[in-house]
Amino acid sequence: MSTLLDVEDLRVSFPTRTGVIEAVRGVSFTLGRERLGIVGESGSGKSQTGRAIMGLTAEHGVIEAKRLDFNGTDILKASKAERRALRGKRIAMILQDPKYSLNPVMTIGRQIVETLRTHEPVGKAEAKRRALDMLAAVQIRDPERVFGLYPHEVSGGMGQRAMIAMMLIAGPELLIADEPTSALDVTVQLDVLAILNRLVVERGMGLIFISHDLRLVSSFCDRVIVMYAGRIVEELPAAKLSEAQHPYTRGLLNCMPEIGADRHPLPVLDRKPEWRL
Amino acid sequence: MTPALAIDGLGVEYDDFVALDDVSLTVAPGESFGLVGESGSGKSTLLRAVAGLAPVSAGTITVDGNVLGSKRDKAFYRKVQMVFQDPYGSLHPRQTVDRLLLEPLAIHGFDDAEERIVRALDEVGLGASFRFRYSHQLSGGQRQRLAIARALILEPSILLLDEPTSALDASVQAEVLNLLEQLRATRNLTFVMVSHDLAVVTHMCDRLMVMQSGRAVEQLASTDLAARKVTQDYTRGLLTASEGFRRDPA
Repeated sequence: MSTLLDVEDLRVSFPTRTGVIEAVRGVSFTLGRERLGIVGESGSGKSQTGRAIMGLTAEHGVIEAKRLDFNGTDILKASKAERRALRGKRIAMILQDPKYSLNPVMTIGRQIVETLRTHEPVGKAEAKRRALDMLAAVQIRDPERVFGLYPHEVSGGMGQRAMIAMMLIAGPELLIADEPTSALDVTVQLDVLAILNRLVVERGMGLIFISHDLRLVSSFCDRVIVMYAGRIVEELPAAKLSEAQHPYTRGLLNCMPEIGADRHPLPVLDRKPEWRL
Repeated sequence: MTPALAIDGLGVEYDDFVALDDVSLTVAPGESFGLVGESGSGKSTLLRAVAGLAPVSAGTITVDGNVLGSKRDKAFYRKVQMVFQDPYGSLHPRQTVDRLLLEPLAIHGFDDAEERIVRALDEVGLGASFRFRYSHQLSGGQRQRLAIARALILEPSILLLDEPTSALDASVQAEVLNLLEQLRATRNLTFVMVSHDLAVVTHMCDRLMVMQSGRAVEQLASTDLAARKVTQDYTRGLLTASEGFRRDPA
């Protein structure tokens, strides 16, 4: 399998008044055209890992890496213009809540057309046609109508589909999805995941799926990376999640209530200081 | 036995929008009752209607045998307290923990505030060292513990819980759920708990009601749900959805 993304010893830190906060502390992984899940709790550095690859780290943040290579391009050495060309066109990102990640004063259609025309020299009519096709591809039943709606006029599930449509229209090779379904209802969640799954497979994209939900990730991805305090504590094939070795992974799996299991009280995570090392 | 909470034919309307339509339920004292459904199903509206935070257009709400009027009196709030979903939004950012806990005590004219605050913090596992901090100095789980302490400081008998753990990490969720269960056992509290997570509700509650677009779909015991003894397709759909993503065999 050809390597799409090669990350070695990625570090992201933020200088603050009270000292340097190290959000990501030496993360290494490679990604082919597959679905990779990154799981961890808040503060584990999973989102910052995704943001560093996408180039969305806050201005004052410091990114260091031995290697951060996307399909032959050294992301760290790329100029701002080169990064802009990558972002959206070859690497795309879906964020958690469509309520906040879509532009509230632009219709959904215009936003999708804007994305396409930023990256490809296409005419207005052609762009609109492709936007409508893309909306149909994310299973929006009435693309013409949704094209003219503003983000506040659609439901969360619909908004997230529009977001996926916008991200995929330029045909990226790598898609980073940061908690793409956490703001959605369980039933809608599955629809959105099914759409994402189909498009990723059909188009042969690489996918990084960032989530706090270990079970969901393992049912969706091929491989799972578990992060704790800015480091990878365990990497394993999604199908072998039940064979996880690290106490943190096992604890995370264990502490979730299950339908039909009678466990009172629930086992809680006993965080060991050595996990941070 | 008088039910702790009885709701009969409850309706809530916002202008022309019917948020809750003819919903009835009864909760026995000491019972833990769950409300499940998607966003917009009316589950939170039901809790808010009980707390007096939603415009009731039809039906009656009875607490310990007393029918509630349109205005809630002080005695009601001593008996019924609510914990909200987002501990980042429900605590005053400019008040210390001490001040936050003092507020309900001052309103209800308690004179042993000092003692109660110390005890309330202790009960939710926060300890005295947290007393003079601001809420922004606490983590999400600590904030939710504080919200629970604030609700329990008046020693209510009914606790309304609106998605108390959905803003928290899984490991912190387990801690807060354990705390709630333990408090319910020691104080013989009645819980009405809203959640979108079937696993959380079946873990915490004896019985539950499934809701959809402002209506009750069905009421059933948690054990029946676990045994897949459901009668409605909608509930079945929720159950399947909660099992996670299934990849179609390609």
